[in-house]
Amino acid sequence: MANHCAPLDIPLVAGNKTPADVTRDICHSLEGKPTPLWWGGFLVAVSLLVLGLAAVSYEIATGIGTWGVNRTVGWAVGITCFVFWVGIGHAGTLISAILFLLRQRWRTAVNRSAEAMTIFAVMCAGIFPVIHLGRPWMAYWLFPYPNTRGPLWVNFRSPLVWDAFAIGTYFTISLVFWYVGLIPDLATVRDRLHGGFRHKLASVLSLGWTGSFRTWHRYESLYLMLAGLATPLVLSVHTIVSWDFATGVIPGWHATIFPPYFVAGAIFSGVAMVLTLVLVARKTMRLEDYITGRHIDVMCKLLLLTSGIVAIAYATEFFTALYSTNPYEEFAFLNRAFGPFGWTYGIMVSCNVMVPQLLWFRRVRRNLWVVFGISILINVGMWFERFVIILTSLHHDFLPSSWTSYRPTPIELCMLLGSFGLFFTLFLLFCRLLPVVAMAEVKGVLHVGREKEAAPSSAAQRPGVEDWELVGAGLPDGGAV
Amino acid sequence: MSRRVVIGTFAEEGDLLAFTRAARSRGLRLVDAYTPYPVHGLDDAMGLRPSRLPWLCFFAAITGAALKLLFEFWTTMVDWPLNVGGKPWNSLPAFVPVTFEVMVLSAGLTTVFAFLVLARLWPGKTPVRRLPRVTDDRFVVVLEESDARFRFTELRALFEQYGAELVEEQLEDTA
Repeated sequence: MANHCAPLDIPLVAGNKTPADVTRDICHSLEGKPTPLWWGGFLVAVSLLVLGLAAVSYEIATGIGTWGVNRTVGWAVGITCFVFWVGIGHAGTLISAILFLLRQRWRTAVNRSAEAMTIFAVMCAGIFPVIHLGRPWMAYWLFPYPNTRGPLWVNFRSPLVWDAFAIGTYFTISLVFWYVGLIPDLATVRDRLHGGFRHKLASVLSLGWTGSFRTWHRYESLYLMLAGLATPLVLSVHTIVSWDFATGVIPGWHATIFPPYFVAGAIFSGVAMVLTLVLVARKTMRLEDYITGRHIDVMCKLLLLTSGIVAIAYATEFFTALYSTNPYEEFAFLNRAFGPFGWTYGIMVSCNVMVPQLLWFRRVRRNLWVVFGISILINVGMWFERFVIILTSLHHDFLPSSWTSYRPTPIELCMLLGSFGLFFTLFLLFCRLLPVVAMAEVKGVLHVGREKEAAPSSAAQRPGVEDWELVGAGLPDGGAV
Repeated sequence: MSRRVVIGTFAEEGDLLAFTRAARSRGLRLVDAYTPYPVHGLDDAMGLRPSRLPWLCFFAAITGAALKLLFEFWTTMVDWPLNVGGKPWNSLPAFVPVTFEVMVLSAGLTTVFAFLVLARLWPGKTPVRRLPRVTDDRFVVVLEESDARFRFTELRALFEQYGAELVEEQLEDTA
C-alpha cells in the first residue's frame, strides 16, 4: 500500500499474528454473547439517552424558555455541546485521512473505531443547533430549496448557513469514508459467519465483494481520493464553526486566531476521546496485541503537541487583548479569567494546558491508568473551553445595563447527559455489530517491523524458479489486462 | 459461453507476486487475482493501468463548485436580490465556504458511485466466483485457458513451483 512509511523498529502488531489470527481475533467479539460489562455499559448509556430524549421532548413541547438562556446570554450549554461534539469528531478524520496521507501505518489498528467515533459525535453535534432553533420542524429552512415564499433563498453570506453545509458535508463524507473502509471487512464477516443477523447484515452491505484485485486496485485509488477530500474538509469544518463566533463583533469572539485555534482544540479533544474509548475497548475486547502500548504512546504525543498549540492560542488571545488597548477587548479577557466565571477559566487552563504536561514523561505515557485519567480530564477541560468562550464573552457585553448571569437548568444538563447517552449507545452497538479493527488494513501491515526471517517466504529462493523466468523472457506480453 | 479457468491458491503474498510476474511474462492470460488485502506491487505485476477515478474526482469537484457558485450568484443577485446589512450583491469571499463544501460533497459522492458502478458492486449482490478463504488469509490467481496449446499439467507444475497449495481446473459461465 505504501512504500514511504515512517521507520519502525518494533512490530505494529504484537504476538507474531498471521492473517488468519487477525480474522479470528477481531471477529471473535462479534460471535459470542455480550459480556456483563457490555450489558452494564449499554444499560447506563440507554438510560442516559432516554433521559436526554425526555428533556428534549419537554423542551420542544414547551419552548426555549425551559433553558437558562436569556436576552444577553443567548447561547450557552446547547451551543457548547455542539462545538464540543463537532470537535470530538475531528480526531477520527485526522486518524483516518490525514495520517493515511502522511503514511503513518500505526493508524490501521485504531482508524475504524476513530471513524465510528467521528460519525456518532457529529450526530450528537447536529442535534443541538436543531433543538436550538426553537422550532426544529422548520430545520429544512436552513437549506436552499424552491419555496412558496418568493422563493426567498437562504443568505449565503451567513456563517450559520455555512455551518449547515459544513456539518452536512462532513457527516456525509465521513459516513461514506467509513463505509468504504468497511466493505472488505464486511465480506470477511459474511464468509466467516453462517446465518444470524450479522451474517445477513454483512451479506447485504458487503456489496458482493470478492477480494478481486482489479477491484482492490480501484478501491485503493478511491480511498486515496476520499482521504484527500476529507483532509481539507475536516480543517474547513471547525474553521467554519469558529466563524460562527469570529464574524460576530462580540469582544472575545471577534478574533482572527479563531480558525487555527479551534482546529487544534478540536483535534486535541478528539484524540483525548479516542484514547478514552480505545483504552476501554482494548481491555474489554482483548485487543492488546493490535492496539499496543506504542499506539497509546503516539496518541499521547499528539495530545502533547495539540495541547501546546492550544496553550499558545490562549496566551496569544490574552496578549492581543491587553496589547490592543481596546477597553472592551481588555475587559472581556480580564473578566474571562478573573470575573464571576473565572473558575471555568481555571478548569480550562488546568485541564488543557497543565495536566497534559505530565505526558512529557515516558513513565506517565506507559501507565495506562494515568493516561486514561488524563484523557478524561482533557475531555472535561475542552468542554469548559467552549463554555468559557461562549458564556464569558456574552454575559458581560458592551452595555453594563444588560449584564446578566447564567445558570444552566436541569433540562440543559439532561440534554448534555443525553448526548453522551446517544454517543455511547451507538458506540457500544457498533462494537457488537461491526469489526472494530480494520482487518484488511491490519493484515497488510503485519510484516512491518518484524525480523526479516519472519517475513513471508520469497519465491525467488525456491529452486527452479529462475528457469521459468528465462523461459518466459522471450515471449510476448499478451493478454494480461 | 463458457470457458475453462485454472485457479491456484497461495498461502504467502510473496509467492503470489512472483507467480504473477512469471505467468505474465510467459504470456498466460490472467483473469484476476484475489487477495485479503491490497498486495503492494501486484498492480505492476498484473500490468494494471492506473485507475482513472482521480480524473473523475477532479472533474466532479470542478463541476460541483462551479454550479454552486453560479447558484449562489443567481439567488443573491438575480432571482431575489435582498439587501443584507448593505453588503454588496457580489459577495464572493462570503460565497467561498459553501462552494468549498459542495465541491467536496460532489467530488466524494461521484467518485464513490463511479467506483461502485465500475467494480459492479451493489447492496445484496451475490458474490461472483466466491472464494471464502480469500477474505481471510489466502491469495488466489485465476488464469484463463486461452488456446489449444494450453496444458493443465504444465501449468500445475508452474503453480506448484511457486508454492501453490491447491490448483484446480474449473469450467465457468461467462454470460
